[in-house]
Parts: sequence; structure tokens; C-alpha cells
Amino acid sequence: MHGWIGKILRVDLGTGKITTEALKPDLARDYIGARGLGTKYMYDEVDPTVDPLSPANKLIFASGPMTGTFAPSAGRYDVVTKGPLTGTIAASNSGGAWGPELKYAGYDMLILEGRAAKPVYLWIQDDKVEIRDAAHLWGKDVPETTEALNEETAADAKIACIGPAGEKLSYIASIMNDMQRAAGRTGVGAVMGSKNLKAVVVRGTGAVTVADKEAFLAAVAKASTMIKEHPVGGTGLRLYGTNVLVNILNSVGGLPTGNFQDGHFPTADKVGGETLAANQLQRPKGCFSCIISCGRATKVTNPKYKGEGEGPEYETAWGFGPDCRIDDLDAVIKANYYCNEYGLDTISMGGTVACAMELFHRGIITRDDTEGLELDFGNADAMVEAVRLTGLGQGFGKKLALGSYRLASLYGHPELSMTVKKQEMPAYDPRAVQGIGLNYATNNRGGCHVRGYTISPEVLGVPVKVDKDSIDGKAELVALFQNLTAALDSSGSCLFATFGIGAPEFAELMTALTGFAYTGDSFIEAGERIWNLERLWNLKAGLTAADDTLPPRLLNEPIVTGPSKGAVSRLPEMLPLYYGARGWDAQGVPTKEKLSALALA
Amino acid sequence: MSMMLMIHPDKCTGCRNCELACSMEHEGSFRPKASRVHVYTWEREGFSVPMMCQQCKDPACVAVCMPKAMHRNPANGQVELDADKCIGCKMCVQACPFGCASWDFQGLQILKCDTCDGAPSCAAICPTHALEWVEDTVSAQARKRSFAAKLKNAFAEV
Repeated sequence: MHGWIGKILRVDLGTGKITTEALKPDLARDYIGARGLGTKYMYDEVDPTVDPLSPANKLIFASGPMTGTFAPSAGRYDVVTKGPLTGTIAASNSGGAWGPELKYAGYDMLILEGRAAKPVYLWIQDDKVEIRDAAHLWGKDVPETTEALNEETAADAKIACIGPAGEKLSYIASIMNDMQRAAGRTGVGAVMGSKNLKAVVVRGTGAVTVADKEAFLAAVAKASTMIKEHPVGGTGLRLYGTNVLVNILNSVGGLPTGNFQDGHFPTADKVGGETLAANQLQRPKGCFSCIISCGRATKVTNPKYKGEGEGPEYETAWGFGPDCRIDDLDAVIKANYYCNEYGLDTISMGGTVACAMELFHRGIITRDDTEGLELDFGNADAMVEAVRLTGLGQGFGKKLALGSYRLASLYGHPELSMTVKKQEMPAYDPRAVQGIGLNYATNNRGGCHVRGYTISPEVLGVPVKVDKDSIDGKAELVALFQNLTAALDSSGSCLFATFGIGAPEFAELMTALTGFAYTGDSFIEAGERIWNLERLWNLKAGLTAADDTLPPRLLNEPIVTGPSKGAVSRLPEMLPLYYGARGWDAQGVPTKEKLSALALA
Repeated sequence: MSMMLMIHPDKCTGCRNCELACSMEHEGSFRPKASRVHVYTWEREGFSVPMMCQQCKDPACVAVCMPKAMHRNPANGQVELDADKCIGCKMCVQACPFGCASWDFQGLQILKCDTCDGAPSCAAICPTHALEWVEDTVSAQARKRSFAAKLKNAFAEV
């Protein structure tokens, strides 16, 4: 095979059995790779009602066909499993160089099964695979673990690992690779922790091959030029990172503030990308094969929050900033560093602290509950300390580690958790931007922006400007974005490549690389197939149409100040249209006709 | 005057597109371990440095090469490897003080930058111009000027 390696590595951590098997070419063509292919294997092999933290759940690391090539900004992989935070099928996507290294070692996917009796790590050197003792690493944070493993394996090995948060089975734990990159969402780090698996270390010396070299070079040159000439993909993201969005979202009144009580934060600029670039930014960083370089190598010299590392992304700056009514960028960055070091998802962590602050502000919890922490809105020191305690699983951090839905439910107020399917929503207010609210509500892994990023047309005007306040055409727009994203995630591409290229260019790259003939339409159809398969999994897991909703606040309480003052989400009007656009029945169940059209029946 | 590959670590993002372009150019596939350029990244600091043959004036690799496979091409000033003469003794690998000649145990060959015969694919793909193919005199001047500007700014703050 070309693009794909054609081989899968399977490791049973319980029995220690290590096997390889061939990747079926027709599955690869139809489900592409990464998120899509991983989900297909989960669907075929794991009961959707499985307890996510039991040995029966599987943990799949999956690259895409473009991973490891120089297709622009396409070096990514997905962690696919049942997510403990959401109870949905989970695919958490990450960059860095770990995914490519897995392919150079000779595998498209790694399937982990069972549970090790004691802490272990996996050491993959091409076809030599060992399960090794990790007792000496248990308890270490992510940078310490990464450096220790590079020391005892190989200096150029790539490492994906969990920090203390994953070991302690936090529902918002991430898996970190290359020290600074995160497979963050849905609590995948806890699944790894539940398997007693501290790290997967990989070093490969092999190659990824191309079906039609000349055509691939031409397609890459064309796609790269389109991205470089795009104002966002070519310039904006390198200069200011994703955090350029703080001021943009604030200017349209779509910056959720104070746990989504408002949509505008007067001093937002203090935590924005421009402020970051002028102060803490050391230099832009790129993931493997990236030509965009949105990554931020940063350093904080303020003694109180001293440190260096990567971040913040926009959603992180928002979560620890405006959503907590905090405008101290040094504190925000420190919270980000703690998340990277202890292995926590920054979006869920930010949303959970914001929720705790509202509980505190309303007097639902007190200093007795927080063990002395004055966890009110605007308290930057308390926010940073709350993140540290969560990462280490200490004090009130033990409760925060549950995520905001379970936290708020403990105190009888689940409605104050700003989540969909128990996962914290990111930094775009659904009242100010109608389409993104429909995407959150229908997203297969709950509150998530990257699987249907309608902010592009609704706010940024990419590829065309769409009225953010209107609900006209939003059902079709959301479905299209969700389908395209499912396909490009599965290819190994970064979502940000769409700041420049679209389905026709992805199809050209895929065709030249793999030798299978894709068109723009068939590429998007593969994404639709993946989306529907994820939906089928979730329905079998017990989720229903009742879960396709937003917190009542967003449906009933208008935004108080700023440019979107008075707005609420019109989700109830859009949802039936969305089911229709998807070819699903009124209960959100894919029809037989739709499933057979997608070869899923 | 000849051409040289100028490395600007301060501009490098660590994306390794140079490694991919190099291996595609020379091996016809994406195999970074067979690349003639390698990028080293310090993840804590987020700092990356690309490393490749520096085309030395007095090259250790040439001095130790018994069959004279490694030689300087007087026409373009580059240190070149004549693969037909190479006996695979790996003395160049051991001699290069920069570690920029290496042995490919799969392809059974010496890996050393050949500047893609005067059109280096690494510099062509580098998205931030951290690698540049420039005239050697001008590049030195540009580097001098950029450092002078840093000094100027430092003095301005005093």
C-alpha cells in the first residue's frame, strides 16, 4: 500500500501478547485512517456499553495516510477509545511528531487491549516491541517522564505519555506527546491510566511511500501555495497563534465570559494573541510537516508564575481568562503549563474552574468545600492553584478532576455546568454564533468546536461570509463541516489546512498518495460515513436525541452586555432541520436508506 | 564566490519538512532517517536547530577518505561523494566533527548533503526560510548586519 503502511500492531497489556495484522485496503479506502479507521475497529471489536475505564475498553493510536508525508500540515494522529468524560466514542487528535514516527516504525495503528497488572510502558523500535516496567516513572510529570524515557530508550524516540492526572483517572486527563502536544479531549488520559500504561515510546527507521510521486509533488505544491497565500493560514496564525481569536470573538460579542453568563469581556485584549506576541512569545513552533506554525513557544518571567513551555491556544487563554473573568496573561499561561505538565485538557479544565467559580460566587460551595481556596471569579492565584491541585489529584482538585458536570451535580446544580454530553464547551458563545451552537449540540463527542468549525464562515468569513445570527442554512452548513472535518481528521491533516484548501485539494493529495481515486465528493462522503458510524456507536452506548442539546442557560438567558446583547441560541428550531439534512429520523437515528447509501447497513 | 546553505535556528519551527524533502529527493520516499539534514528540538524551550554538512574548506571527511570518494569539487566549492568509489568504511562518519556524515544501515550508503546538485530541496520547502541557499559572501554580510542591529537595539535601551 502507499500512504498507509498496511500493518496494525496489537498489544494485549493483560497477557503481554504482541501481534501484527494486515490493514484491509477496502477499510482503509472507506474509513481513511486515524479517527475514521480507529472508530471502525472500535465499532467492530468493542461493545459500546463498555465501562470506559475497564480492561474491556480498547485504546487505539491511529495515524492517517498523509501522516509522515510532506502534505502541508498533515502529521497528525488520533487516540480513539470510549471516552470516560462523555461516554461517547472518543477520538482526540494531536500533532507533534509521534504519529509520523509510528508509521516509520511500520504501523498505521496501535491497538491496546486489557490492563497491565502494574505500571508499564511500551517500547516500539520498528518490529521489536517490548512491554517494560514503569514503576520508576509512575508519579512523574510529562516533561520528567519524556526526558527519562528518552534517556533510557533512544534520544530520538518519540513519546506519548500520561501525567499524574491520567494515572489518577481524572475524567479530564489528556495524553501528551512530544512533551507539549495534547490529545486532550474526552478524558483519553484516564483510559491510558486505567490500563496502567504510562507511555508509548516509538522509534522508526522505515518509510512512507507514494503511489504517484509526480502527481503528489504537484498536489502538495498547489496546496502549500494556497495555504501560504491565505491571510489566516499563511500569515495570521504564525504571527499571533490561534489566540488571535480573543479580540475577534470579543468584538462580535461571542466571547463566553464568567462561565457563559455573558458574551463580552471588557479587558479581553490583555489575554489575547497580540499581547502574547508582544510579551511572552519566544517563537512560533510547528508540528511535523507544518507550514503554518501556530504553536507558541513561550516563557513567563514573572516570579509568581515563572515557567516555559508551549501555549496558550485561544481556547486555553479564554478558559483560564475571560471564562473565569481573569485578565492576567501570566497566570493564564502558568495554568496552561500545569495542564501540559500534569496531563490535563485545558478546555475542560478551564470550563471546570469557571463552573466552580460560579458555584462559589453563588454561595453553593464555600471555603469549607474548596479547602480554603477563595475560588471566586477574577481570582487568578486561586485559579492557578486549582489547576495545580487538579493535576496532582489533591484537595479540592480531586473534585475538579471529575469535570464540571459531575462537580456541579455533586452540589445539586448540573445546570451550571457549561457542557454538552458532559464535555465542556469551548470558547465560542452559541447565542452569538448560531451555527456553532448546533454543532456543539450534535457533536459526536459533546462540547467540541474542531469537528464542525462553522466559526470559519460565521465569524472569519472563510471560505465565504455567512450571517452568524441567522439560522438559515445552518443545518446543512454544520453537517457539511462535520463531514469534511471527519474526513480530513482521518487523513492525518490538521484542521487549519482548511485555511487555504478544501475537499478538491484533499482529494487530489489522497489520490496521488494512495492510488485510490478520491473526488471532493467521495472524500466528504467518507467523512459522512465516519460521522454516521460514530452516531451509531453513541446510540448503542445509550445516548439519545435528548443528549443533543445545550445547557438551558444558552437557550433561555440572553447575553447581558456587548455587541450580541439579548441573543439566545435558537437550537430548538435548527435541530429538526439538522436531522433532516442528515437523513436521520425525528429521533436522530440514521435511516436505513442513509446507512445503505453509506455502505453502513 | 560560491553558494552555501545558511542555517537560521532562530527561525526554525521544528517542522522537519526539510528532512521529508531531502529523503523524497534522494530516496523517492518519506524516510527521515535517510535524510541528509536533521532537526534537533529542545521541547522544554521550544528551540530547534537543523544540522547538515557545512561544506568545510578543510574537510575532515575528505582527509580520512582512503579511496578518495569524498572530495572537493573545485568548480562549485562543495564537498562531494563519489558513490562509485565509496567502500563503505565509514571513516567519514567518524571524522566529521559535526556528525553530518552518517551511515544508512538499510540503504548501505553514506548520507551526506549533496546540495541536490546546487538546488537544495530543503531550502526550497522550508516554510520560514530557516534554511536558505545563498551566495556565501552576501549571506555572511546579512548575518553580520542582523547581529549589528541587535547590538544597536541593545545600546538604544541603555
